[in-house]
This record gives sequence, C-alpha cells and structure tokens, in this order.
Amino acid sequence: MELFSAKDVSKTYASQQALTNVSIAVEEGTIFGLLGPNGAGKTTLIRIINQITAPDSGSVWFDGRPLKPADISQIGYLPEERGLYKKMKVGEQALYLGQLKGLSRHDAMRELKMWFERFEITAWWDKKVMELSKGMQQKVQFICTVLHKPRLLIFDEPFSGFDPINADIVTQQILQMKKNGATIIFSTHNMESVEQLCDHIALIDKSRKILDGPTKQIREQYKSNIYDITYRGEFDVNTHDMANKYNIITHSQNGNGNKLCIQYPEGSNSRELIKDLVEQVEIISFNEVIPSMNEVFIKVVKQNS
Amino acid sequence: MHKILLIIQREYTTRVQKKSFIILTLLMPILMSAMMFLPGYFMSMDDEQSRTIGVYDGSAVFLGRLESSAFTKFKFIPKEEYLSAKSDLKQSTYYALLSIEPNFLITKTVQVISQSNIPWDVKSQIQDKIQGVVEKDKMAEVVRQTAIPDLEQKIAATKTHINVDTIKVGISGEAKKSSTEIGMVLGYIFGFMIYMFIFIYGTMVMQGVMEEKQSRIVEVIISSVRPFQLMMGKIVGIALVGLTQFALWVILGVAIFSASKSFYPGASKAQQIQSVMAQSQDAAQQAAPQMDKMHEIFSMIDTINFPLLIGCFIFFFIGGYLLYSSMFAAVGSAIDAQEDAQQFMLPITLPIILSIMVMMSAIKSPEGPIAFWFSIIPFTSPIVMMARIPFGVPVWQLALSMILLVATFVGMVWVTGKIYRTGILMYGKKPSWKEIGKWLMYKS
Repeated sequence: MELFSAKDVSKTYASQQALTNVSIAVEEGTIFGLLGPNGAGKTTLIRIINQITAPDSGSVWFDGRPLKPADISQIGYLPEERGLYKKMKVGEQALYLGQLKGLSRHDAMRELKMWFERFEITAWWDKKVMELSKGMQQKVQFICTVLHKPRLLIFDEPFSGFDPINADIVTQQILQMKKNGATIIFSTHNMESVEQLCDHIALIDKSRKILDGPTKQIREQYKSNIYDITYRGEFDVNTHDMANKYNIITHSQNGNGNKLCIQYPEGSNSRELIKDLVEQVEIISFNEVIPSMNEVFIKVVKQNS
Repeated sequence: MHKILLIIQREYTTRVQKKSFIILTLLMPILMSAMMFLPGYFMSMDDEQSRTIGVYDGSAVFLGRLESSAFTKFKFIPKEEYLSAKSDLKQSTYYALLSIEPNFLITKTVQVISQSNIPWDVKSQIQDKIQGVVEKDKMAEVVRQTAIPDLEQKIAATKTHINVDTIKVGISGEAKKSSTEIGMVLGYIFGFMIYMFIFIYGTMVMQGVMEEKQSRIVEVIISSVRPFQLMMGKIVGIALVGLTQFALWVILGVAIFSASKSFYPGASKAQQIQSVMAQSQDAAQQAAPQMDKMHEIFSMIDTINFPLLIGCFIFFFIGGYLLYSSMFAAVGSAIDAQEDAQQFMLPITLPIILSIMVMMSAIKSPEGPIAFWFSIIPFTSPIVMMARIPFGVPVWQLALSMILLVATFVGMVWVTGKIYRTGILMYGKKPSWKEIGKWLMYKS
C-alpha cells in the first residue's frame, strides 16, 4: 500500500519553475530514494510533503487520503540545512522539539532516555549545544527527528558530518526503523548509500521527474553489455581479432588472475562472447557488470541536458 | 494552540533566565533612581572650600562694601599689590583677583582673573554683590532726588508672586485642582517608556528570528508548527518578558522610593534639596509647612485617572509592540546577517523616532492639531496618545485611535507573516524590496 503519494505536483517561485508535474508513490515500509542534482527541486518537494509550502497545482496524499495539517505528527523530517538552538541545553531542546511534534513531556522524556542510552550520549543531557562537535549535534538532531516514532521519515543528507563509524550506526538505525514498519524518503548525493538502502528511487532534474523505479530494476535497465572476466592463460586481444569485434575497456595480465573488462556490440550477446573467449583462454569467472547508481545518475542527468 | 503555548513558554523562559535580563532588571531602577536623586543630593552639599579674592577697586565705589561670606573672602588691595599679584598669581595668596576699573560705572564690567575656571557659584556671588551695591546706590540717589520717604520699602512692596491654580472640571461638575506639571511629567514618562519598550523588545524579536534562521533550526521547527505560529509565539513570549520586566521595575521602583525617603535624615535636608531642585519657587511657599505641600501634590495626583492611564499604557504598549515587533520579525526573517539590517530598519525606526519628537510637542500642547493627528495615526499613536492621556482625551478620540491601531496591527501581522514565512527559508543574497514584495504573492 502507498503511504505517501504526490500526483502531478507543480510549484513555481516568482520566475523559477521548481516542480513540473511530478508524481511519486512511496510504498509503506520501504526506503524511497529521492535523487537529483543540486537545485533540481528535491527540497521543494520535501517541503511540500512537510507542508512547509503548498503546491500550485496537483495533489498530495497520505495514507490513502489528502495530506492534512494534523499529519505533521506522523512525519519526521531531518532537513539538509539543519541546526539547533546553540545556547539551549541538549536535553531541554530535545524535549521541546519532541513536544512540538505532539508528544507529551512524559513520553518525550521516556523516548529520549532510551535513545540517549542507545547512542551512548547520556552525559550530554545538560550540555549546551554549542559545546558539542558537529557530529555530536547531528546525532542529537537525528534523535529529535525520529523521537515521535513517525510513520514517514524524511532524511535529507542524513550522513553529512558523520564519521564512518557513526554513519554506520545511523545506517543500522535506519534499517531497524524500516524493519519496524517505518517508511523512509531518503535524499542524498551519496549513491553508494542509495544502492545500500533504497528499494525504489525517483530522479528529479530541472523540476521534472526523469527516472522512477525499483533500484535493482533501474540498474538492470542501464547495464550496457559489459562483462568482467577472469581467466588463466596467455592471451593477446589484438592478435585474435577480439579488438575489432568487441570494445575492450580494460585488460591486465599478471599470472594467474588475468582480468578483462569487455563490452559486446549491439546485436551480439553473451553466448557469442563466451564462445569467442573459451577458444583462447580458460575462464575462471564471468560476470555481467551492473552499473552503479553513480553511473546511472551521471548518464541520465547528462542525457537530459 | 497547544504548540503555540510551548513556543511562548520557551521564548519566555530562556529569556528571563538569562543573566543579562536579571542584571538589567535589577540594575535599571537603581541607576534610574541614582540619576534622579544623586544630582539633588550633591547640589545640596555646600561648597566648603575657602577662597580669598583680592579686590582692586579703581572706582572707589566698593571699598569695604563687599561683604565676605563664610567661605569666600574679599580683601581690598592697593594697585601695586594687585599688579604684582597679577604677574605672579601662582605665588600669591589669592585664589582670584577682582579688578574694578575707574570707569566701572560707565562700562559696568568687572574682571576676574584666576588660574583655573572659577566655580559658577563664586562668579554669581561676585555678580550679585556688585549688582546689589550699585542698585542700592542708584536707589538712594532716586530717593534723595524725589524726596519721598520710605520709597525703598514702597517699591519693595510692589513685588508680587502669582500662583496659577489649574482646576479641571469633571463631567459631573466637580472641580478638582489639577497639575499641568504632573501631567507633563507623566505624559513624558509613559510615552518614553513605550518608545523604549518597542525598541528594546522589537529588536529582541528581530534577533530571535535571525538566531533561528542563522542556526538553521527554523526548518526543523516549521515542519512541526506553522511559521505563523512560530512568529506569533515568539512575539507573544517576548511581550511577556517585557511585561515581566515592567512589573519588576514598578515593584523595585516603589521599594527604592520608599527606602530612599527614609534615607534622608530630616525634613530640613529634604527641604533643602527641594529648594535646590526648584530654585525659582517662591520663598513664601517654601516656608509653608511641608505637610501642606505634600498634601497638595497628593490631591493633584488624585486628579489623574490612574486605572485609565495604566490600562491605556498596557493597551498601547501591546498594540504598538505587536505592530512594530511583527515588522522587526519580518526584517529578521529577510536577512542573513545583522549588518544587512540597516536598510530595512529605517522604515521601521523612522516612525518611532518621529513619534518621540511629536511627543515632546504633544506634552506642551496636548490638544493641538499635531498632537491630535499623530495620536490617531496608528504608527505614532502608541507613543503620542500616551503622552496626551494624563491631560484627558475625549473618549471618541481614544476609541478611534485604539480601533485604528488594532486594525493596523492585524493587517500588519498578516502582511509580515507572509514575508516571514518565505524569508526564513531564503538564504544567500540580501533580498531587494521588490523581491520582498513578490514574497507576499506566494501561495503558502
């Protein structure tokens, strides 16, 4: 079932078109990657979901009905540009933000204690925010976002400012929340984490959605007949006419594990490639190269410009 | 509604717990009362330095006729001594030299030669004494010429001091003694207080908005509450801080006032201070028993309608504050850094400064056309109307002014709310007026 969907959403600021007929659908219990170059309109869409701003046209749905102001308490939002009151104490501030999301003081306190223990930051409770490092502040902010157990979580660059260890802790927490049934919209420029986390992605460029689908399927869709081959034996690609028929991307020979990365032309297929190869060498492994999200991203955005 | 209360609570508690708030609140009444009482106290202390002034009297009019007072002594000296003392004043025993030239009666000018500037007190003593001698001589000449006996006493008897009692007639016809002076003082104090509060707390609102924008917490918060709630929560929270401070000042002020009354040892000293502070007052009035005068002041203060005055103060403070602080909030939301505030502050501060200028004239002529119009126009009315109220303002004018103020601040809050909503999420370049105008058109 869809927890959230936007249908034909458009938004214009003064002279700038921020979103043009964008539709997305986020399945409950999945992680949805919202991707796009800087200034594409992602933040505008996220702000529309958070009801910070309203679309000029189109509709926004939550849990099968139009999104309404009270839904704010079921959404948790970690903006890219984020901060805390510098002079306020950590605990007091987290309590305040939790209460603003509709938790009672008592419930907010209970949840906070649990999270502070989980992140091992109980000692910070009475510290002022300005005394904390950037990464520490990010942790506090992450807790404030998820404190009220929202059904829909929106993370905009959640890993910025974290060292690899803390980034991993946060990743684990995000996966845990997904397991517990939360739906997550995840916006980032870090394509590795998209591959790792996202079930489904949508790519927005120049205010329009230009790509949408399950992550795996999209990567499959953008593969381009490239194979990684490990083989044994002496092999000179040039003397065997291979170079004329195929596109040799990389080739390295160093004893046992010789490696070849090769692309067959349109109209050919992998069986033919294997046939050509087995006559020359002993194949140890033969893998199709599935493009990384990074490659897909660059390819799609370049095509669109 | 629950959320806006949370915001008000945060804005209020974080501010009243600040050290700077506590210190300012405690220090201000002490400073104010020091400013009011100390000059009077110091002036009441006599100048106790003894000075000897060497007098060279070339005109021979004054010889032996300048009486020395307790600390200022006049010593007549011959010309030679005067000249030698003048050439080396430092070594001489004189504090200063007074030179009266032979042609004094024509020039009517004397010279005082000293190393340092002589105190005003000494200068006026010399002036008074010389003037007294000359006038006495002239009077004696007139008496001699006209040959009217007791002329001197008769002329002295023509001097008269007039008291003007101002009586205010109420609707029911009862007449009460009112005081123009007390009205002016109260008008000034209340008008100025509103001016100060609008400025101090309006700026506080602006800084609060900027703090949220700069620390980038604003987007987190407006994903939980409407921007308008955040803005109004902040404005109301800070208004409560202002009212708290005002209440504490009133309490502290009353405490200090009653404490300082007991600090002055006796009535004689108090009277002395009073005489210094109001030198022009008639001697006869001063001689009257202290109690009578206090009673008179109290009965005058009674004619001032304090419940109305304080009620209006609270109304115009809140109205004026809401009007201006919402504009301050809009400015705070539009800019990224304090330095950019100048350009947008001007249209806000201009009417406030204009009001304080108009107020000065309004307390002099509270019924005049300037006072009238500016106490009706909403941007200046909080300050100017406050200055008029102690003198009594027709009910229809008060009502008109209040209605216009409420209507304007409702409209202003609506407009500034729109600017604020867009401004808090805009980073980067400083917006132009035109751009801010466009923000008004955005759909929320």
